[in-house]
Amino acid sequence: MVYFESRNEIDAQVIDLIDQKGRATVAGSNVPAIELIGVNKSFGPVHANKDIDLVVGKGSIHGIIGENGAGKSTLMSILYGFYHADSGTIKIDGKATTIPDSKSAISQGIGMVHQHFMLVDPFTVLENVVLGAEGGALLKDGVANARRELKRLADEYDMTIDPDAVVGELPVGLQQRVEILKALYRGADILILDEPTGVLTPSEADHLFRILRVLRDQGKTVLLITHKLREIMDVTDTVSVMRRGEMVASRKTAQTSMEELAELMVGRSVLLEVSKPDVEVGKPLLKVEGLNVKDERGVRRVKDVSFEVRAGEVLGIAGVSGNGQSELMAALAGITRAESGSMELAGQKLDLSEVHDAAQMRDRGMSHVPEDRHRMGLVNKFSEAENSILGYHRESKYSKGMFLDKDAIRKEAKERIEKYDIRPPLTEMTAAKFSGGNQQKIVLAREIECNPDVLLIGQPTRGVDIGAIEYIHNRIMDMRAQGKAVLLVSVELDEIRSLSDRIIVMFDGNVVGERGPEATEQDLGLLMAGVNQEAAELV
Amino acid sequence: MLDTIILVLDSTFRLSTPLLFACLAGLFSERSGIVDIGLEGKILGAAFAAAAAAYVFQSPWIGLLAGIGVSVLLALVHGFASITQRGNQVVSGVAINFLAAGLTVLLGQAWFSQGGRTPALPKTSRFGNIELPFAEALKDVPVLGPIYYDLISGHNILVYASFAAVPLVWWIVFRTRFGLRLRAVGENPSAADTAGLSVTLLRYRATIICGILCGFSGAYLSIAQGAGFIKDMSAGKGFIALAALIFAKWKPVNAMFTCLLFGFLDALAIRLQGQEIPGIGEVPVQVFQALPYVLTVVLLAGFIGRAIPPRASGIPYVKERT
Repeated sequence: MVYFESRNEIDAQVIDLIDQKGRATVAGSNVPAIELIGVNKSFGPVHANKDIDLVVGKGSIHGIIGENGAGKSTLMSILYGFYHADSGTIKIDGKATTIPDSKSAISQGIGMVHQHFMLVDPFTVLENVVLGAEGGALLKDGVANARRELKRLADEYDMTIDPDAVVGELPVGLQQRVEILKALYRGADILILDEPTGVLTPSEADHLFRILRVLRDQGKTVLLITHKLREIMDVTDTVSVMRRGEMVASRKTAQTSMEELAELMVGRSVLLEVSKPDVEVGKPLLKVEGLNVKDERGVRRVKDVSFEVRAGEVLGIAGVSGNGQSELMAALAGITRAESGSMELAGQKLDLSEVHDAAQMRDRGMSHVPEDRHRMGLVNKFSEAENSILGYHRESKYSKGMFLDKDAIRKEAKERIEKYDIRPPLTEMTAAKFSGGNQQKIVLAREIECNPDVLLIGQPTRGVDIGAIEYIHNRIMDMRAQGKAVLLVSVELDEIRSLSDRIIVMFDGNVVGERGPEATEQDLGLLMAGVNQEAAELV
Repeated sequence: MLDTIILVLDSTFRLSTPLLFACLAGLFSERSGIVDIGLEGKILGAAFAAAAAAYVFQSPWIGLLAGIGVSVLLALVHGFASITQRGNQVVSGVAINFLAAGLTVLLGQAWFSQGGRTPALPKTSRFGNIELPFAEALKDVPVLGPIYYDLISGHNILVYASFAAVPLVWWIVFRTRFGLRLRAVGENPSAADTAGLSVTLLRYRATIICGILCGFSGAYLSIAQGAGFIKDMSAGKGFIALAALIFAKWKPVNAMFTCLLFGFLDALAIRLQGQEIPGIGEVPVQVFQALPYVLTVVLLAGFIGRAIPPRASGIPYVKERT
């Protein structure tokens, strides 16, 4: 493993790269677009960024990869003027500068596409683009100007968009395009994208990458923050890895591999492939028929969905988030009442338009790891031990008469902490203080240790570090090996493909297709985008 | 018959005016994301200050300025609590209502010793009615004459100001840079922030405009419509204005019509007081007095469709640590 010994070496690498690609003359010099030297930032006792050095060549796509909490977002917030570095130097185009606020970042040519779009939903595309750069106290002239400029940018970078469309009504892919156009309209030469593909379908993500390449070829500098290794390999020229607030390595993308990057991120070697042994598939443990679910506004979000999951099988439900998966899970778990539909659980038939009782579902042998652990899986202010019995607190082994048996609870929590490697191993620490991966392990331990027949698991690795992902995936595989039925909902296509025995795809509340785990990303991507209508009719 | 209609409509205008000022005030505040339960308190405070100042300086204009001054001061208290200190906006608004209700009576008693009232104002210290050009000449033209003379002409300047404010507010909110930014902070303050705008400054500006308009509303009550301050003279107008604002879906022109409707109901209630209604007999006055409130509840409960408030309404803006 080669770490850079000195900053000169990094410079040499970047300049070298630019030379190779013949772009050294793009800006007329070899001055890097961004240079950070010894940047530090602490939040109280947390040292979020430690002595960060970073060099980003002009006209390149530079990836920054790292686990959650590695300090990527903090670093980018410093670049965009959201936070002030405690110490260190920032150079833009070779000149040392300070970035006190977003306004200053914009004026220095830095644009940011946030993970959660910074858009005003009821506004039109045009209004969103001009906000903060209206060009005069009255809107009329500025907006007319912006309309022309927007058209020019859209043509130049192949990003067509209707300037009068209301942003809130656009699909997320286009909303993101508005964000990019917003930055370009303000004259950004450096574009920072924070986890841009989280909400996109694979084809939308591909389109985004095409746009990024065009931007690069026009001389813009792109900084891509992500935790997805594949994206780094696909689109970046150079990559830096962050771990626990430190910049641990910089590489040319062509000279590294996913395995090396994963190892640098986690600090130990990681198996990216899940081993999926052959398991004999048994009888159906969960059967869902004709399920329809309306949301609280009366909109039907799940439309006549039927499927079954057999013993020793993982059924993956793929789909872009918001296509009915959440409502499906909530109805199955007994959290919301379905409009109609039935569920057969371990041989017993339940009418889901009548039964909606999460406790009863648990009693019948179905566990649920909810998508949103903060809202549904945990009570953030409760201790680890209390959280570890939520929903099972009525069981006699946790109680002494009418009181909770704190000792018994604590003893069991300790055992689980050990078994699931939950860190730090403190039963009395509140759930909120654990990292995402450890919080997920608390929920997982609770829902698996009660030995269910069926496990519903939603977004098992959202906001979870690579190391913990590996662990969680293995636990799911254990369940499968024990002959349990697992229903997995995830927006991460890689996860669905590597864990599932069968995959169904949801689009707009419908199941639009079923595939095996060998299905290509492109194939699934089309289904997820609702394109493949023939496939829908075959099911 | 025409006379009766004109009479009712005439008082509709006069009763709508304070509501309209307050409603437009609330519009600015809520469009920027600050819920303002304290409209009532600001109106009351302004009414007292206007009457006291108009009495002491014998000028309605100084009275108006004093009313606006006090109202803006109360607005700034609300701003400080809910913008700078990120407090609960409802609590702060309620506190302002209590403060105004108590202080006006207390100071009124201390200064004028008339049981919390201010002394009755002479005509010269109030906003008098304005005769519009040709009103006298056209008076005798059938139908149009009475409408122009009785209905359109002969109100005080604040009545005209309130209706003139409607297109102005519309223009500011939907056609100016300030309006765009105002709406943006009310919907998604982070978007405004990342676009390099100051959420704090924008919200304070909205709050101050809200204070100014409430000042007009209060001054109207005590030195234009009335002739002095009376305890609790705002009588829930701030709350009705809030309901009107929701009813109007936070839009200025809608706000005007809603306020006219509420004003009309009020006028009708006064008109029908103690009168026999054929087939029913005398209806207790309370029924009519309750009408605006009943209507508000009924209409808000579903007759106007979903009223979607500005999304960030009521939520203090905290820069997120991402």
